[in-house]
Amino acid sequence: MPTVIVNNKPVEIGPSEKLNCIQAAERAGDTIPSYCWHHDLSVVASCRMCLVEVGEKKPDGTIAMQPKLSPGCQTPVKDGTVIVSNSEKVLAAQKATLEYLLLNHPLDCPVCDQAGECGLQDYSYKYGRGYSRLQEPKNIKPDKDYIGDQITLFTDRCIMCTRCVRFTREISGTAEMQVISRGTHEEIDIFPGEPCNNKLAGNVVDLCPVGALCSKDFLYQQRVWWLKSKNSVCPGCSTGCSITVDQNEDVLYRLKPRENPQAQGSFMCDEGRFGWKYAQSDRRLTSPEQRTGGQTVSRDWDVVLSSLSTTLADLSDRKPGTFVVTISPWATVEEAYLLAKFAKDVNPNARLALGPVRTVGEDDLYPKDIHGKPSLPTRFTIRAEKCPNRRGVEAVLNHFREEVIPFTTVLHEVENGSVETLFVLGGDPEGWIGDADAAKLDKLKLLIVQDLLASAASSKAHFVLPGAAWAEKDGTFVNHNGLAQAIHRGLRGPEGSRPDGRILFELAGRSGLFHAASLRQEIASQIPELAALSVGDLGEFGVSLTSAAKTEPQPVG
Amino acid sequence: MPINPKDIEWVEEPAMNFWESTYLPAVFDGLRTTGQHVADFHPVTEFYPEQKPDLPSHYRGVHRLNRDDKGRVKCVACMMCATACPARCIDIVAQDAPKDDPHWADRDKFPKSFVIDELKCIYCGMCEEACPVDSIELTNIFDLTGMSRQEMMFDKEKLLSVFDQTKDSAHNPVRTHKGKLGHASDFTNLHTLGPATSVRADDRSAKANSAGVIE
Repeated sequence: MPTVIVNNKPVEIGPSEKLNCIQAAERAGDTIPSYCWHHDLSVVASCRMCLVEVGEKKPDGTIAMQPKLSPGCQTPVKDGTVIVSNSEKVLAAQKATLEYLLLNHPLDCPVCDQAGECGLQDYSYKYGRGYSRLQEPKNIKPDKDYIGDQITLFTDRCIMCTRCVRFTREISGTAEMQVISRGTHEEIDIFPGEPCNNKLAGNVVDLCPVGALCSKDFLYQQRVWWLKSKNSVCPGCSTGCSITVDQNEDVLYRLKPRENPQAQGSFMCDEGRFGWKYAQSDRRLTSPEQRTGGQTVSRDWDVVLSSLSTTLADLSDRKPGTFVVTISPWATVEEAYLLAKFAKDVNPNARLALGPVRTVGEDDLYPKDIHGKPSLPTRFTIRAEKCPNRRGVEAVLNHFREEVIPFTTVLHEVENGSVETLFVLGGDPEGWIGDADAAKLDKLKLLIVQDLLASAASSKAHFVLPGAAWAEKDGTFVNHNGLAQAIHRGLRGPEGSRPDGRILFELAGRSGLFHAASLRQEIASQIPELAALSVGDLGEFGVSLTSAAKTEPQPVG
Repeated sequence: MPINPKDIEWVEEPAMNFWESTYLPAVFDGLRTTGQHVADFHPVTEFYPEQKPDLPSHYRGVHRLNRDDKGRVKCVACMMCATACPARCIDIVAQDAPKDDPHWADRDKFPKSFVIDELKCIYCGMCEEACPVDSIELTNIFDLTGMSRQEMMFDKEKLLSVFDQTKDSAHNPVRTHKGKLGHASDFTNLHTLGPATSVRADDRSAKANSAGVIE
């Protein structure tokens, strides 16, 4: 095994691994500071923050150090490479580099949105000198308010790491951003009339190590030290990007991608990043309701749930096949399992159907070439299937029933009159039923709708159960590739709504409280296809359901 | 660490003599003090509210939001005061400054709303200390009354009006950078910071006589 020596510590690396000094030092538990380097982007070695002493251990045991410092990001390691990142010489270089980066950087941290998660702030504390010797006025460049619909640029804060430029060239392929001018006049800019509006544009804000590129959506909404983060999964499409949900006092402020090589890599698309606003819209269902003949009977959770369970228990003497439960692919695995099991327990003849799976166009592959056609290798995919958990729900349905009934068949049977009772577990933020289809539901004797947003169906349902958005509940999503990832309750939903898992748990009359990890273990013991969930806690990166996906992790896309 | 017995010096009370043991000199000494007060009478009672107390200028009373030399609110909505506030009585909603308005040309961010709950406030002065642009200050107005809780929620306009009332009062000088904006919102003339951290004597880059050069 090749061995690298980092600050006198030997570190073994894999025989075919291609690492640079920063990555090798990370293995050794040391941090080499860097701005311009990002593991998913090409190397430019322009910020000079990662300068280290590099040398080689000869076979006879002597160590020959190179006389000058090398950028760690650009220096690959091999067997016998010696890296020194804590010598006087390196520390002095880091201090001088930071002083240089801060020469023209305005000290407007109080008004800057990045303050609190800023690379310059962090490294200035850790490696910098704490004061500036510059006596001249700073070189202040005018701000550019329109880089894209979602992006604004505070030009004076930029340290010219060019991460954003490389991202648009290498990952999105759209290449809207560029460096204009030379030397001290260098600025990040767009081509005139070509704004950065591609579907991955929001990532340049995350990539920016300082507060130069800011998201207009989040700008001045919150100070970042007030935000509390929970790990979650984006529900926008079946890619299932790992994200964090950032909230304060039960108000969701932003989603950020979380690095997960098995799911999507390091990025996320703007549809997911800014597409969560429905979770805080006025259309949210905020109280349970029981109706008879169009009149509200009760809006109390206890009354509604108990009368619903007695109503469903009475169904057992009805004709077989007249009770249908549809489970939307926005539901978690736990919810699908609880509802399917409850329906089968209460009425063994109950039929299970998969809710409508919304697909939009075709898979959107990045990077794109100049004609907008995807070019290989694919670095990021926005999938056409816009639901997060079709595979998970299908696995549950397959266990309880041989075939997965599509939703159109259910609607057709409702129109025929062969279905009398319909329980819909919804969750599609775009709505899962149109007015024309909702009119067909009038024929039903009993309609139960558990959903997030008010719809044509929820207004005529006999029982309405207000559920929770994905950020408000615990559970599991299985992505297109069979990767099961945990979502966590990051905030509380509007008063009156409840996490769907809790509603179904109480409806099924189970004892105790809804606990996703122990329910996962129960599911794993019951359903062989989901046996990988037996670990309970799925960890930060999730577990793969299929062994094929395990051996072949998809680095991106 | 326990005190070394060698470092302890025991001091004994001196023994009383005959007169001291009668206690009479101490009694007459006390009577003399009483007599002095009878002869030289200085009342300390103040007739509030007819007579207002003369408070020191560092007294911490009602807040005010200072204005800059253009009459705008000095606050840059950085929310440091709300972060520092132990009573969590400050609520700020920030907004980006209107880009096309020349009045706001040198500003990025300002408070759209700035509300202090004067009933929740414990008047500790942490907000004043945290403010990087010397915008929020505590005046020595102490007689704060209101008919409802809502009235005691001081919004931006009310806090600015406190500034207008008190800026010329001798007791409430605008303590710092009168009229001017603070460092953080000053873009044209950025200041060199003094050392915020101690500089080691063997710091090679600190010894260099020009920036960026390391000997």
